[in-house]
Amino acid sequence: MSKLLVKERDVIVPGEELAEGMDFLPSNGTYRDGEKIVASQLGLVNVDGKVLRVISVAGTYVPKRGDTIIGKVVDILMSGWRVDMGGPYSAVLGLKEGSSSFIAKGADLTRYYDIGDHIVCKITNVTSQKLIDVSMRGPGLRKLGGGNIINVIPNKVPRIIGKQGSMISMIKNETGCRVNVGQNGVIWIYGEPEMEVIAIKTIKKIEAEAHKAGLTDKIKIYLEKELKGFDRPQKENQEMPTNEESKVFHKEAVKEETKVSTEEQALQKTEEKEKENFQEGGNENEL
Amino acid sequence: MSYNKRLDGRKMGELRPMEAKAGVIKRADGSAYFKIGKTWAYAAVYGPRSLYPRFKQDPSKAILRVNYNMLPFSGHGNRVRPGGNRRSKELSLVIEKALLPVLRLEDFPNSVIDVFIEFPQTDAGTRCAGICAASIALADAGVTMKDMVASVSVGRVDNSVVVDLNYDEEAYDAPVADVPIAMLHRTKEISLLQMDGDITEEQLLKGIEMAEKACDKIHEVQVKALKDKYLEE
Repeated sequence: MSKLLVKERDVIVPGEELAEGMDFLPSNGTYRDGEKIVASQLGLVNVDGKVLRVISVAGTYVPKRGDTIIGKVVDILMSGWRVDMGGPYSAVLGLKEGSSSFIAKGADLTRYYDIGDHIVCKITNVTSQKLIDVSMRGPGLRKLGGGNIINVIPNKVPRIIGKQGSMISMIKNETGCRVNVGQNGVIWIYGEPEMEVIAIKTIKKIEAEAHKAGLTDKIKIYLEKELKGFDRPQKENQEMPTNEESKVFHKEAVKEETKVSTEEQALQKTEEKEKENFQEGGNENEL
Repeated sequence: MSYNKRLDGRKMGELRPMEAKAGVIKRADGSAYFKIGKTWAYAAVYGPRSLYPRFKQDPSKAILRVNYNMLPFSGHGNRVRPGGNRRSKELSLVIEKALLPVLRLEDFPNSVIDVFIEFPQTDAGTRCAGICAASIALADAGVTMKDMVASVSVGRVDNSVVVDLNYDEEAYDAPVADVPIAMLHRTKEISLLQMDGDITEEQLLKGIEMAEKACDKIHEVQVKALKDKYLEE
C-alpha cells in the first residue's frame, strides 16, 4: 500500500524519504529508489495529486526554454553577443535575433548592445550541453537603461512576482518604480531614488522570507510602514495598470494568498502566468 | 595498562558534543559550520559555476573541487604553515572522493563546484568534520544530491574500540588505530575508509558497526542545521 511520509510545505533535506509505494510519481527534486521516493534537493515539498516534487529554496539558475531573463552583455562575437545570465552558463544572442530590424553584416555591433549593457531577452533554445540561444525579438524584450540591477536567488522569483503578479504589481504601485523581474533572478528597478531603495529593500525582504506563508499581507504592511513620511509617488506618468484596476486586482490577490495550503500547488501554473505578466509589464515600459 | 575509561570521560561509543549551522557565510552559494568537540570545520560552496581553463571542463558532468585548509593558529600551539602541503592535498582528495557518490554532477555539464573547508581549531578528526560540514554546505547551496554524507572516526586505543577519537586518544601511549569512515545515510554505503595503525578484524567490524550508529546521530545534527534555517519564526 502506498503511503505518503511527509506533509505539504514540509522542509526536506536531500536523502529524505517522501513516500513509499508505486502510486506516487517523482518529479523535480526527487528520484525513485525501489519502492521509495526520495528527495534530491533541499526545499519544500509539493504534493500535486500523485506527483511529488521538491521546490528548491537555493541553487543557481537552470536555464529553460521560454524563460524571459535579464542578461548582461559580456562579449561581442563575430556575429552576435555573449550574454551572462548568472549561473554556470552564458548565452549567445545571434545577429538575426538581436533586433527586430535588419542588422547589416559587418555593422558595429556595439551600437546595438555594448559590453556591460543589461538586456531583457528570451531563451529560445537550450541544448544538453547547455549551449543557450536567446532572442531579442518579441514583446517587451529590450535594452535596459538607468535604474538599479539587483540579484536574488532564482528559485525565489515566483514569490517575488506573486500570484498573477500580485506581489510585484503591489511594489510597482506603492513605490511608483518600474520593475522587471527576470526568471534568472536578476531584477531591474527604475524610479525615484528613495523609492528605488524601498523597492530593493522590499524585494530583499521577500527573498529572505520566501518560504513563509501569508507573505503578501506581511509585505503590504512592511511597504506601508516604509513609505510613511514619503509623499505618495506621482502617478501621472505611469504606464502601470490604472489605479482602480490594480486595486481590485490587488484585493483578489490578497484573498487568494490566504489560502495557504494551495499556494505552492498553484506555483507551477502561476509561473506561466507570471511570465505573461512579465511580458505585459515589459511592454508597458517600452522606451 | 588497559584503556577502560576514556580520557575525557565519554562512553566508548559516545561522540563529542556537536553543533552545526547552515548558511553562515553569506557571500557563498552555500555554507555551514560543523563543530565536534574542539574540532571546528567551516565549509563554503561556490557554484555550480563556469570552469576555466576550458580544457579542464568535462562535457558530461560538473567537476568537484575540494580544498582542505587548517588555519595557522588551529594546531596544538605550533603554527601551521599557511598554504597547501602534502597532507592537505591528500585530505582534499579523500574528502572529494567521499562526497562524489551523492552528487548529481551530470546536471551541470562543463561547470565546477568548489568546496572550501577551513579549520579554525582542530582536535583530531578533521577530515570527518570537514565531510560533515561540506555535506551540509552542498545541500544548502541547492546542489542536487542523492543523500547526505556523515563521517566519524572510529578506532582502538589499546584493547578498546572507541568512536570519535580526540587528539589525546590518538596520541595515547599504547597501540592506537584510527579509522575515519564516511557513510551515506540511507544506504549505509561507505564512501571513505582509511586506516592509520594496526587493528584486528573483529575490532574493525565492531568499529564500523559503532560508526553506523554514530553517523545516524551526526545525520540528525546535519538535518536539524538545514531545517532550522527555514523554520517559521
